[in-house]
Amino acid sequence: MLAVTKREIRAYFTSPLGYVFLAAFCGFSGLFLWLNCLSVGSAVMGGTFQLMFFVNMILIPVLTMRTLADDKRRKTDQLTLTSPVSVFGIVAGKFLGAFFVFVCASVVMLIYGVFLSVAVTQSNGRFDWGSFWGYYAGLILIGAVFISIGIFISSLTESQMISAVGSIGVNIVVCLFDVISAYISNETLAKIIDSLSVFYKYSEFTQGIFSLKNTVFFLSIIVVFVFLTVRVIERRRYA
Amino acid sequence: MIEVNNLCKNYGSKRAVQNISFTANNGEILGFLGPNGAGKSTTMNILTGYLSATSGQVLINGVDILESPSEAKKNIGYLPEIPPLYPDMTVDEYLNFVYDLKKCKLPKRSHLGEICELSRIDDVRKRVIRNLSKGYRQRVGLAQSLVGNPKVLILDEPTVGLDPKQIIEIRSLIKKLGKNHTVILSSHILPEVQAVCDRITVIDKGRLIANDTAENLSHSLSADRKLCVQIEGPAKEVKSLLSSITGVQELYEGKAVEKNVTEYEILPKEDCDIRREIFKRMAERNYPILLMRSSELTLEEIFLKLTTGDFYGENGGEK
Repeated sequence: MLAVTKREIRAYFTSPLGYVFLAAFCGFSGLFLWLNCLSVGSAVMGGTFQLMFFVNMILIPVLTMRTLADDKRRKTDQLTLTSPVSVFGIVAGKFLGAFFVFVCASVVMLIYGVFLSVAVTQSNGRFDWGSFWGYYAGLILIGAVFISIGIFISSLTESQMISAVGSIGVNIVVCLFDVISAYISNETLAKIIDSLSVFYKYSEFTQGIFSLKNTVFFLSIIVVFVFLTVRVIERRRYA
Repeated sequence: MIEVNNLCKNYGSKRAVQNISFTANNGEILGFLGPNGAGKSTTMNILTGYLSATSGQVLINGVDILESPSEAKKNIGYLPEIPPLYPDMTVDEYLNFVYDLKKCKLPKRSHLGEICELSRIDDVRKRVIRNLSKGYRQRVGLAQSLVGNPKVLILDEPTVGLDPKQIIEIRSLIKKLGKNHTVILSSHILPEVQAVCDRITVIDKGRLIANDTAENLSHSLSADRKLCVQIEGPAKEVKSLLSSITGVQELYEGKAVEKNVTEYEILPKEDCDIRREIFKRMAERNYPILLMRSSELTLEEIFLKLTTGDFYGENGGEK
């Protein structure tokens, strides 16, 4: 598993993909930080984090589009699947590789936090590190959710293009859940759909609330998609 | 050692492999021979655990590939039809990755060095795979299959894309490996199979139609030991001369090949070598023999005979 992770990380940084992701992440987060905090003189980063949700929704599929689709196209899956590693090990390795790059990118938010806290302390204010960690945990979790969805879509196709567009599509649908529920008259159904909404739960994080319930929800989405990915690969062997 | 029992594989309603059984022992090189689409690659993919069989059993060193895949896969080195290379890595990085992936326990530096020397990729170890030629890629693929010194090697058309010198090198390498590994090699290059393999398995339309040594295949299929001669001289006279030889059982006059040259097919009596006698008789009359060959089947002919269905017609069923 670690061998796969190591290779994935190396592949991200020997191709432009990893750098493009880092640059885009930094660029967008910087822009939102300026809009939400710097230009209005606020030290509350919740808005910045909230907008990063949409950036990740589009950017992470670009990070994960290669993972399994390219393996299939280049037939390198004949190497990984015939080596003494379980399918779960391979999928988990790919997941951790993409996750590592994402965490690297998210460090920039930490740097913004440190800058703001220094600026706030100089003007005799107090930077709320407690809520900051809440935002940050939310960001990491949502990143992992999008990565697991992206890897799952990537396992379904041989084309990186379809993989990227497909995962962006799925991500949008996942986020539209709370919009959809507003149009449903049946209250129970609306409640069920609402409870599946990812964006709503992420918003709670960006209001500085760290809730165990939401954490478990995100973790279970990750588990479900990793499990589905493993099943897709295993099923292909019986095709 | 590889044991395959009643292997079947269906792709939807298409039967790619039907009821194949064979065994490959330690220190044996088994050649898979078959026309395109015969099911060679499918069978190899099943042997390595990349695909699952619809029914049947594969034992690698006595371990079932479906029941304990990790255990079985430890003993397999696989070179697929398209070498599974990551173009963005250097050869060294790639082999290190494979080393880690296969959870290899041998001393890393010396083991990889040895493999690179064996497959002759020492001079490209620092180069990026993307920039390598087809022949080098093939050899890196072969090196990959040797990592961890697996007891069983499965090579799908290992010499494709190599130049003649490299082909000879790779063949001798495979022969060398065959002494203490079990090697299964697929190819549609017949002389290659003949040169390298101890035993030949012919597959056609997903079925096993022969499994024997090259010589035995040739013997069992050429039902008679006909002799074919071309002699310059008046056909009538030559014919009567030939038929007067004691060992001749049957004699057919073929067509005229050139002016005044006729081809004859002679079926000698069993255990009777009449070649010297023919020479003496013709020499007496000064009729030059332009060609004399036994019509024992070449591997090409065996292959064609087996895969075009003549075999069933003549022998009335599978052998």
